[in-house]
Amino acid sequence: MAMDLLRFATAGSVDDGKSTLIGRLLFDSKSIFTDQLESVEKTSQDKGHGYVDLSLLTDGLRSEREQGITIDVAYRYFATPNRKFIIADTPGHVQYTRNMVTGASTADLGLVLVDARHGLTEQSRRHAVLLSLLRVPHLVLCINKMDLVDYSEEVYKKISAEFTAFATKLNIPDLEVIPISALQGDNVVQRSENMTWYSGPTLIHHLEHVHVASDRDLVDVRLPVQYVIRPKSDDHHDYRGYAGQVAGGVLKPGDEVMVLPSGMTSKIAGIDLFDKEIPEAFPPMSVTVRLEDDVDVSRGDMISRVKNAPEPSQDIDAMICWMTTAPLRPRQKLAIKHTSNSARALVKDIQYRLDVNSLHRDLETKELGLNEIGRVQLRTTKPLLCDPYSKNRTTGSFILIDEATGVTVGAGMIND
Amino acid sequence: MTATHADYRLSQLDQLEAESIHIFREAAAEFEKPVLMFSGGKDSIVMLRLAEKAFFPAKIPFPVLQIDNGLDFPEVAETRDRWVQRLGVRLVIASIDDAIERGIVVDDGKTSRNRLQTPTLLNAIEENGFTAAFGGGRRDEEKARAKERVYSHRDEFGQWDPKNQRPELWSLYNGRLHEGEHMRVFPISNWTELDIWDYIGREGIEIPSVYFAHKRRVFERDGMLLTETPLNPLREGEVVTERTVRYRTCGDMTLTGCVESTASTIPEIIEEVAAARVTERGATRGDDRFSEAAMEDRKKEGYF
Repeated sequence: MAMDLLRFATAGSVDDGKSTLIGRLLFDSKSIFTDQLESVEKTSQDKGHGYVDLSLLTDGLRSEREQGITIDVAYRYFATPNRKFIIADTPGHVQYTRNMVTGASTADLGLVLVDARHGLTEQSRRHAVLLSLLRVPHLVLCINKMDLVDYSEEVYKKISAEFTAFATKLNIPDLEVIPISALQGDNVVQRSENMTWYSGPTLIHHLEHVHVASDRDLVDVRLPVQYVIRPKSDDHHDYRGYAGQVAGGVLKPGDEVMVLPSGMTSKIAGIDLFDKEIPEAFPPMSVTVRLEDDVDVSRGDMISRVKNAPEPSQDIDAMICWMTTAPLRPRQKLAIKHTSNSARALVKDIQYRLDVNSLHRDLETKELGLNEIGRVQLRTTKPLLCDPYSKNRTTGSFILIDEATGVTVGAGMIND
Repeated sequence: MTATHADYRLSQLDQLEAESIHIFREAAAEFEKPVLMFSGGKDSIVMLRLAEKAFFPAKIPFPVLQIDNGLDFPEVAETRDRWVQRLGVRLVIASIDDAIERGIVVDDGKTSRNRLQTPTLLNAIEENGFTAAFGGGRRDEEKARAKERVYSHRDEFGQWDPKNQRPELWSLYNGRLHEGEHMRVFPISNWTELDIWDYIGREGIEIPSVYFAHKRRVFERDGMLLTETPLNPLREGEVVTERTVRYRTCGDMTLTGCVESTASTIPEIIEEVAAARVTERGATRGDDRFSEAAMEDRKKEGYF
């Protein structure tokens, strides 16, 4: 079996031991190199730290090292013989919610860390809420610093029960609770000898084996067309291919398909992957589809099935995470990018602001500030080919762009 | 080769390839005048291969740009020329010597050629009106790169502002630019050194011969093995010996060190890389060693 890929997001501050945990994963999987370790050891010494500060491995920007905190999303890579891992390492504080949302947007799994001495905190609840909102299908709660509570099973059970009760209010299809000590290495890569009462997997074992292949939608065919390939050369005079990354379903030659928004139908003549014709395409393959009929297809269109197509709509109801200091207000106009499609959007209404700590809906607020999340109604200049985010994280998501500055100011998830 | 998958699983290399192709197509569709920065090194070769796949059977719809620092390995230049010829892409060359002559950059005799590459590159981007430049940067290379976006925005001075990067979510890339600004696009951000080698092995594509073990006359400087060349005069006490070496990266010949190695095939290189305990840049790039933030500083100015 070829090696596969797991993307996971971690959130937390240095106090939770998040950086130590990542350092431990990288170190024990032999992904830290001697020169990186030497540089960290030297910096730790220079700063007068009594221990090797593994957070220095991940906090890469000068300003972060100066302030001793993680500000931005950092991507880290390591691999075991069966799986490659991409970690989106994000800060935990509420003022960096947008960074957590960013890290979670591409994650298959979210890792929430709590300190065994303190149990669930507002921050750990918030992380779980954000992971659930971003529909990260797998969640791991690591109860860290078990060494500081004498590896107590009681502590584990109490926090585990409290979190499980809280999680029932969220969309978390898969939850695993693992007692660890990132500092001592218990249950991270090595099974702990101090917690014989725990019979579950170690963290690395869980990360290696969690089943992510069925998280993708293999039923509802969605191919957002990115690029029309027309070689205009003698060898390929009549070639016309529609290139894109499959966002859902399985496409096969001979399948009857519908192109949106035109609604025209045709059959798949062939699917190309570079110089080979392939028998089927599925997410997340980047392919080129040829159709039997000469229908008009361009960038921004969507190829789907005749009886199973996304709903073209100019009225978008979505949860939006606001990512800039100037607040989002009704009547504001923004650019919107959804799959390979761009349009303009008008903010019609802000229905409520979601308190990500308590899940309370604030119906009074009529604006969203930086790092706030709320339910918003948009009207777009042209129909977008939308699915609910709960069904498809690709065709259900969009970003909002400030037309004057060109900056990405919001991230949206379309409601059911 | 991607055939029928009974369980609809894609290997990690196939997933990385699909992501990179997506980025190429997105950028080619959205930017008016993209260019691919092609050094002839292994990362830029993988990048060019991915671009070839993204638009096949059409030709790659943008030119490639080479910054000629006058200090490239001849073997790298030869490989580069063969790739360009095979794909039939247009090659734009911006030479540092030419930039010095025209007064675009100043050679004070102290600054490394590596640093002169930045103004030369920025000038070439501006003169040609390129709005996006594909680069072969990988996030596993260096700490500053770990936080860089796939679409990395550059202001009208070509500068990168690490504290003010645009959020990048899902696979939705924001290509908005103002007049005079440009975007650096990094399609292989999520690849590691090992992924690059696995892919080169799988695809069976040509890379410069300096990556494979060969006999070379070298000398030691600052803990690195440098090649003997008239372009890099020996300093007092430096002694040339012949050793069996290979390069892990291909940059400036006078600054890029080689490692002693007998790895002469891709599988042997993969084995060596997997067992390596020092990053490729830490081991062999004199240009990254000056300070902890050397890369961040150069990137802010507009380096690759």
